[in-house]
Amino acid sequence: MTTLSPAGTDSPSVFSPTPETMGALLARTDRPRRPSALAASAAFCWRAMLKIKHVPEQMFDVTVFPIIITLMFTYLFGGALAGSAREYLQYLLPGITVTSVLLITMYTGMGVNADVAKGVFDRFRTLPIWRPAALVGALLGDVLRYLLAATVITLVGVALGYRPAGGFVGVVAAIGLIIAFAFAFSWIWIMFGLLLRSEKSVMGISMPVLFPLTFLSNVFVDPKTMPGWLQAFVEVNPITHLVTAARGLMAGNGDITEITWVLGSCAVLLVVFGTLSMRLYNRK
Amino acid sequence: MAGTSTAPAIEASGLIKLFGKNRAVDGLDLRVPAGTVYGVLGPNGAGKTTTVRMLATLTRPNGGQATVFGQDVVREADAVRSRVSLTGQYASVDEDLTGQENLVLLARLLGHRKSAARARADELLEAFGLTEAAGRQVKNYSGGMRRRLDIGASILNTPDLLFLDEPTTGLDPRSRNQVWDIVRTIVAHGTTVLLTTQYLDEADRLADRIAVIDHGRVIAEGTPGELKSSVGAGTVHLRLRDPDQRAKARHVLTSMLGAAVHPESDPTTLVARITVAGDDAATEQAARVLGELAVAGITVDNFSVGQPSLDEVFLALTDRTTGTQEVAA
Ligand SMILES: Nc1ncnc2c1ncn2[C@@H]1O[C@H](COP(=O)(O)OP(=O)(O)OP(=O)(O)O)[C@@H](O)[C@H]1O
Ligand SMILES: [Mg+2]
Repeated sequence: MTTLSPAGTDSPSVFSPTPETMGALLARTDRPRRPSALAASAAFCWRAMLKIKHVPEQMFDVTVFPIIITLMFTYLFGGALAGSAREYLQYLLPGITVTSVLLITMYTGMGVNADVAKGVFDRFRTLPIWRPAALVGALLGDVLRYLLAATVITLVGVALGYRPAGGFVGVVAAIGLIIAFAFAFSWIWIMFGLLLRSEKSVMGISMPVLFPLTFLSNVFVDPKTMPGWLQAFVEVNPITHLVTAARGLMAGNGDITEITWVLGSCAVLLVVFGTLSMRLYNRK
Repeated sequence: MAGTSTAPAIEASGLIKLFGKNRAVDGLDLRVPAGTVYGVLGPNGAGKTTTVRMLATLTRPNGGQATVFGQDVVREADAVRSRVSLTGQYASVDEDLTGQENLVLLARLLGHRKSAARARADELLEAFGLTEAAGRQVKNYSGGMRRRLDIGASILNTPDLLFLDEPTTGLDPRSRNQVWDIVRTIVAHGTTVLLTTQYLDEADRLADRIAVIDHGRVIAEGTPGELKSSVGAGTVHLRLRDPDQRAKARHVLTSMLGAAVHPESDPTTLVARITVAGDDAATEQAARVLGELAVAGITVDNFSVGQPSLDEVFLALTDRTTGTQEVAA
């Protein structure tokens, strides 16, 4: 066989399945034990890593996009809201990290939808493995993307003059909490990814949810100046609690009530949307 | 191997699958003995894919029941999954990954350790003539290569039952032959194969038994020979030199073969269904038709005897179920 054959061309003249080679393959009856839930999820996570390797452009939305958002809001609102961009950044950074990461979670649902549309999940669903592995594994791959986005924003923030009083440990704890919430939150988009017909409709549904949820919160401004009805919404918005908790951790005075609130909403999201997603996955 | 149990590979009774008001599968019965190749033949929309998906645990039936090697496809889905593989109608390999990565991933999901998974993948790529393409993304594969990879993925662990949903649709004759060779080798090793197809020819070559389905029901079942003889041995296609002689030729054919003669839109052609069963008898009957036409002074430019096509099997079978409508050719 030459090594010069152009991509896409077959060399059928060279190939004919010989009973010997095929026979050797088929004679094997050594079936390994089925992989553990963890091993199966890890294999799917590896698949996500391979996709990043083959389609590196998809890293754009977890690197360049968060940087743009951070710069944009810091300089757009900084002077007006806090006197200087640097001052404002001390308030904004935890919230903008939350916003960026949550906006990216939508891609998880789009990825799931593409897998369904292309029939890739069909083969996975005929394998005798832990049922949620394909979804959990894909999400673990995305968690690495979320982590990258959060790290990039923090580094950009520090370069612009953000000085977290909680230090390295506080920042790591805050990012950990944000990622945990994003993991649970992503199941909403996984569910829609399994439910809706196209990637476009997943995006179409996520935007009107994500924008109000992230903007009608305490990410950009202190809710005290808002009208009462809006304050009421902001108060119950889980994003507000996540931002308050992350701010606390980064500032070195983590509020245990807020953190509990966040972990509680993670559990609710996981139970509700994880269950719905698995139901859809099994019924497809 | 399949020999470990005496239960049939597949036993389905009264299977039903609804999509809204559409009865995609509507009371389907199937019995596939272990160790055989079973062909499911039907036109577009007959319910072939839906049936296969239910049997392979991908879709839950709305009614009826099915077992694979004695295990229920709904209640014991996981046990069924460990014995079956499915190569779907549309390739279910990951386009973004390379051929090798696809196989390594699936091997790991089947429980092979990293190095064993790699070795198994390489062996398969070699056996399927894909070694050279192993490092290329699947989106750059030809249709035939993709099919081979997809079938290869299905035998990473030798399955007891392999579903192949229209394995050769869209392939050129050479790739089609390769797939047939692969299927034969797999069967020779004791794997039961259920394949769906739209081509009678394909079912004829590969299958021990065939079920013809339409509107989600089995409308005929039997060996390829039984099916063909139930339809007649095939058709005679005639092209006359002189269109004016067509009426006369039609008369000759009708008197010899009965009513099954159809004038085509082309004024020089005629198609008639052969009415005797068996290849030899059919050839003899066709020869006698030719002789009789010559005696009648009709000049025939072209004369051919065709195997009954799926169309013909189909038309004949639906004829039977809906009464005796005259079939327009
Ligand atoms: N997911 C689905 N949702 C709604 N209707 C469906 C779905 N899948 C199949 N159908 C319908 O069920 C019927 C049977 O479809 P199926 O795909 O099983 O046919 P088929 O015999 O495999 O046809 P083909 O030869 O075209 O592959 C068709 O009328 C089809 O439109
Ligand atoms: Mg089909």
